[in-house]
Amino acid sequence: MADYLEETLGETDAADPTVGDTEIQNYTINFGPQHPAAHGVLRMVMELDGEIIERIDPHVGLLHRGTEKLIEHKTYLQALPYFDRLDYCSPLAQEYSYVLAIEKLLDLEVPLRAQYLRVLFAELTRICNHMLNIGAHVMDVGAMTPNLWVFEIREDCLNFFERASGARMHSAWFRPGGVHQDVPLKLLTDLADWLDTFPKQFADAMSLVVDNRIFKQRNVDIATVSKDDAVKWGFSGPMIRGAGIAWDLRKSQPYDVYDRMEFDIPVGTKGDCYDRFMVRVEEVYQSARIMRQCLNEMPEGPIASTDRKVVPPKRSEMKQSMEALIHHFKLYTEGFHVPAGEVYVATESPKGEFGVYLVSDGSNKPYRCKIRPTAFSHLQAMDFMCKGHMLPDATAILGAIDVVFGECDR
Amino acid sequence: MAHSAPKIASNYGVAAQLGAALGAMLIDTVEAHGEISFTVQRGSIADALQLLCDDHEYQQLMEIAGVDYPDRSERFEVCYHLLSLTKNHRVRVKVSTDEDTPVPTVTHLWPVAGWLEREVYDLYGVLFAGNPDLRRILTDYGFRGHPFRKDFPLTGHVEMRYSEEHKRVIYEPVKLAQDFRSFDFMSPWEGADYVLPGDEKADAEAPSVDKPKTTEKPADTGAGKKTNKAAAERETEGSPAQDDSKVKKPAPKRTKSGTAKKGAGAKKPRTAKAKVSKAGAKKAVPKKAPAKKAAPKKAAKKKDGGKA
Repeated sequence: MADYLEETLGETDAADPTVGDTEIQNYTINFGPQHPAAHGVLRMVMELDGEIIERIDPHVGLLHRGTEKLIEHKTYLQALPYFDRLDYCSPLAQEYSYVLAIEKLLDLEVPLRAQYLRVLFAELTRICNHMLNIGAHVMDVGAMTPNLWVFEIREDCLNFFERASGARMHSAWFRPGGVHQDVPLKLLTDLADWLDTFPKQFADAMSLVVDNRIFKQRNVDIATVSKDDAVKWGFSGPMIRGAGIAWDLRKSQPYDVYDRMEFDIPVGTKGDCYDRFMVRVEEVYQSARIMRQCLNEMPEGPIASTDRKVVPPKRSEMKQSMEALIHHFKLYTEGFHVPAGEVYVATESPKGEFGVYLVSDGSNKPYRCKIRPTAFSHLQAMDFMCKGHMLPDATAILGAIDVVFGECDR
Repeated sequence: MAHSAPKIASNYGVAAQLGAALGAMLIDTVEAHGEISFTVQRGSIADALQLLCDDHEYQQLMEIAGVDYPDRSERFEVCYHLLSLTKNHRVRVKVSTDEDTPVPTVTHLWPVAGWLEREVYDLYGVLFAGNPDLRRILTDYGFRGHPFRKDFPLTGHVEMRYSEEHKRVIYEPVKLAQDFRSFDFMSPWEGADYVLPGDEKADAEAPSVDKPKTTEKPADTGAGKKTNKAAAERETEGSPAQDDSKVKKPAPKRTKSGTAKKGAGAKKPRTAKAKVSKAGAKKAVPKKAPAKKAAPKKAAKKKDGGKA
């Protein structure tokens, strides 16, 4: 009836859009801080035009614990476990940057076996992290089953961490100068067996989504990022590789024994959410490849530097040697002193470039330890990536960023 | 190179080349631990970074880190970490500033600088001129102060709890159930900044030796009155020091007799004391009086001894 009246009066919406109930105002909603797809405590203030996102203002810092300030009040060794608690999905990858930074300041040589062990477990961490992220991402866009399957693989990873360090997540296993304990031979053989079986499991889970029509509809052409944008916004890790730039710190700036490893860097072609997802899927296979090489090439030998002014002696040694006892006491009370200077050490964590800017004043505590989180720059780009997309796309974009707030907020 | 930290492209000649390019903007160049850092004029930081970005292929700004050096006249240092994807190289560019002087923003060069500058502003209070959105980022809504400054206490100033009476979250001054303990494990002879107990005597004035110390009166000796005879007997007979010095074997014999004697001897003075305190209140008064007098003297003596 209304249409008929409008027609007879000669009024159309096009001519006068503000007539009657056709007027629409933008409105603002809160996404989070309590939202299952926010991957933690993220609050995003979204300005919506209908269901189209006009503007996003992410509010971070709800998990800020002042880690960097706390580190300034701890000795170098005491500060190490804080790194497990930053990105709690990939603990060892965070420790990696920190111990390398200390070793760089000390100019400390690490035995070869320790280097292999660190690379081995850093790659296991990468698999563990990607299992969580891939599972969460597919669940954010509506698929349930793959998440359950890949969580089983993640459980295997956590069991390996537990057998190596005693802790499932917060390992504190990488130490300045090497690793904390040697691993039993059975663990290495079990890892080798697992490396033969889990890729099949993973491929099964991925076969459910990678060619799935619904999954593609939700991810392809969503949040396309050009190469230029990826560089300007400080992207790293799978985000920059998804945009088509073959940049991987393990390859370009190798640390430990990564320069002996053979692996490929997967890159995306379009820079959308689907590319980022597929980059991660391929990285899992590449990580398994690196782990196999580590297991094949790993030599026997010490697992930590023998510099007793940095690395504490073994317990058995302490029972026999007075000098060892003194070293142990000094290292666990006063700690070691690090020569004055500053270094910025960045490693390829599963989420991107995780950097530690360590300033030492020559004492036994860091003067300043700035942590460069991966998620900070990625999350900042949420606004431009989401612009013009639908509200439900925000969860897919967020899932493809792979954000963990322990690390973002520090 | 002994350590196994990430290897970047060679630094050879880079510092000189970039230093020449920066020209008058450059204040200082430091190459240490295989890393190059330039300190540039605060006002020209945006130009310097633009030069490095456009002409020298440092495409990415990875990090802006604030550092606080309270002893310096310009206490804050802002460190920009640049990465070149094509040259596979990193450099660090620094500027220094104080609480009031703003640093020019670089958000027009790299949009990523927006949040990085916000973080430095939030945690250190460094101002960035031209940043369009210089809000706090990591700390709480309505937070006061800049927590990463060295003079900000680790515990903070306020703590938060849910108040049942107000039915909302309230902020209160921090109350510590136990004192904040900052363990200092530095060796005392390696730059500890406190005085060890007892060391203050070393610096204090030496006591004058013009007047030789004499002990003419018994009060000067510092010795107290003679002990009660009965108590002295009790002590000498069964004192553990004697028991310990003897060989173990004869011990049971002695303790038997000792305890027997002790029991007999000890009972008497105890009962006597009880009588005095309970019944003989009058008698007790003169007895106590000299003891009271002696006490302050003793204390005074002890103090003297401590000073010497």
